[in-house]
Amino acid sequence: MKNVLYTVQKNQQLTDSVYHMELAGDTSAITAPGQFINIKLDSLYLRRPISVYDCRDGMVSIIYKVVGKGTQLMSRLPVETKLDCLTGLGNGFDTSVSGENPVVIGGGVGVPPMYYLAKKMIAEGKSVTAILGFNTANEIFAAEEFSAIGAKTILATADGSVGVKGFVTDALQGLDYSYFYACGPEPMLKALYNNTRTSGQLSFEERMGCGFGACMGCSCKTKYGNKRICKDGPVLVKEEIIW
Amino acid sequence: MVNTSVNLSGLSLDNPVIPASGTFGFGYEFAELYDINILGSFSFKGTTKDARFGNPTPRIAECTSGLINSVGLQNPGVEQVIAEELPKLKQCFSKKVIANISGFSIDEYVYTCEKLDREEQVGLLEVNISCPNVHGGGMSFGTSCASAAEVTKAVKKVTTKPVYIKLSPNVTDITEIAKACEDAGADGISMINTLMGMRIDLKTKKPVIANKSGGFSGPAIFPVAVSMVYRVYDAVKIPIIGMGGISSAEDVIEMMLAGASAVEVGAANLVDPFACKKIIEALPDAMQKYGINNLQDITGGAH
Repeated sequence: MKNVLYTVQKNQQLTDSVYHMELAGDTSAITAPGQFINIKLDSLYLRRPISVYDCRDGMVSIIYKVVGKGTQLMSRLPVETKLDCLTGLGNGFDTSVSGENPVVIGGGVGVPPMYYLAKKMIAEGKSVTAILGFNTANEIFAAEEFSAIGAKTILATADGSVGVKGFVTDALQGLDYSYFYACGPEPMLKALYNNTRTSGQLSFEERMGCGFGACMGCSCKTKYGNKRICKDGPVLVKEEIIW
Repeated sequence: MVNTSVNLSGLSLDNPVIPASGTFGFGYEFAELYDINILGSFSFKGTTKDARFGNPTPRIAECTSGLINSVGLQNPGVEQVIAEELPKLKQCFSKKVIANISGFSIDEYVYTCEKLDREEQVGLLEVNISCPNVHGGGMSFGTSCASAAEVTKAVKKVTTKPVYIKLSPNVTDITEIAKACEDAGADGISMINTLMGMRIDLKTKKPVIANKSGGFSGPAIFPVAVSMVYRVYDAVKIPIIGMGGISSAEDVIEMMLAGASAVEVGAANLVDPFACKKIIEALPDAMQKYGINNLQDITGGAH
């Protein structure tokens, strides 16, 4: 974890409620895909945890959905705004166990962390399939970016407006994969837990106090003992999850 | 050179800044960021006789200038705290720590306090009496003079180190409870614990927190804490550790002027992990600005 003062380089609207923000500054604390940053906003007391969408030396980017006061404030931040962030939070995904042809599965705002993950595994020489689930066509974002880095990209929409009609689990049917990684709403994660043949890693969300393991605000029980979603997670392995 | 040192019942601290229990874990998360030996002391995560998972999530709700938490005293239990957490803590913190203790019966308080009192690292016991008394109809120990005194007496009987009773502000008259603790032998008072609070989610139309209500803390409660510390200082002769929304060196001075001999910093740690470090570093300048040479001289200065 590091405390970094980032500079907003870009804050671009992708869909009705989803934005892409690029932040310039020290990224050395971000060591794995699936980690998050915790953003301090003027006038709000607690920080806002947002997962890393992409990261390179000196630049971290996030994709966030406007769902409340904090993300609404974020959506209005102009370029050059300084943002006080805690970075490199959470355990992130472990790619060493992925096998040769892993699948990454994102649902809605669970899609962003899968991009940095897919990118890393492609760089490691793996053949990555990305299944991206959305409600409907005009809510889709980032899909082309997955294709651009060489992930075999499958879209699923609940209303069938684009790609496979149904959920990510429908798109997973018949696919050959060595391991799975997932982030999205809890019902999606649970469906994947019940409908995947291999082991996998799932990234969870919880209301957090601090975001770095001090307050015990986001604890959960696992088969491997109590864990803090912010510090010991947000990524849990399939075998340890208790629903 | 200004002097920031203070004294709590014989335990001398380099400065009055103590991270509050439940906001600093057992220190390691913070020790990764800076040398926590700069702290006056530190009150570790509230410990009970048995291990506790605590309450269901969500446990956190944001408020204007503060937050509500309902963690429910998650901790590994006193045996594991002694066997694992304290030795680990010793690696990164060489000063005396404050053992924060909770219980759901007099026997539990006695058991846990007696164990932690024997630990060489522990300099002071801070007994949280905001927990419900499971044998006493579920009312919190801290809401009646009789039960507050009963816990104090029982704990004093089995301990050798200073015992500070941490008071709940959710009472009719906190000065009466403080006096009852003093009469029962308490060495000091620690105050205030969180205020009862609730937030309701307009989308679900239900309380945000799974347990419905929780404890409200943060800068929003600072004036409440100052006022209560001020009144308790008038009511008792024993020292007070003041807390409730402290976020700056100026807040430390204000709380001490109200009557605190040392302070705890809680919610601020969760927003800024460097909060205590920044406060400690800012303290000498703030003292100079307000013409204070010896910090411990200002305790109760506003009276």
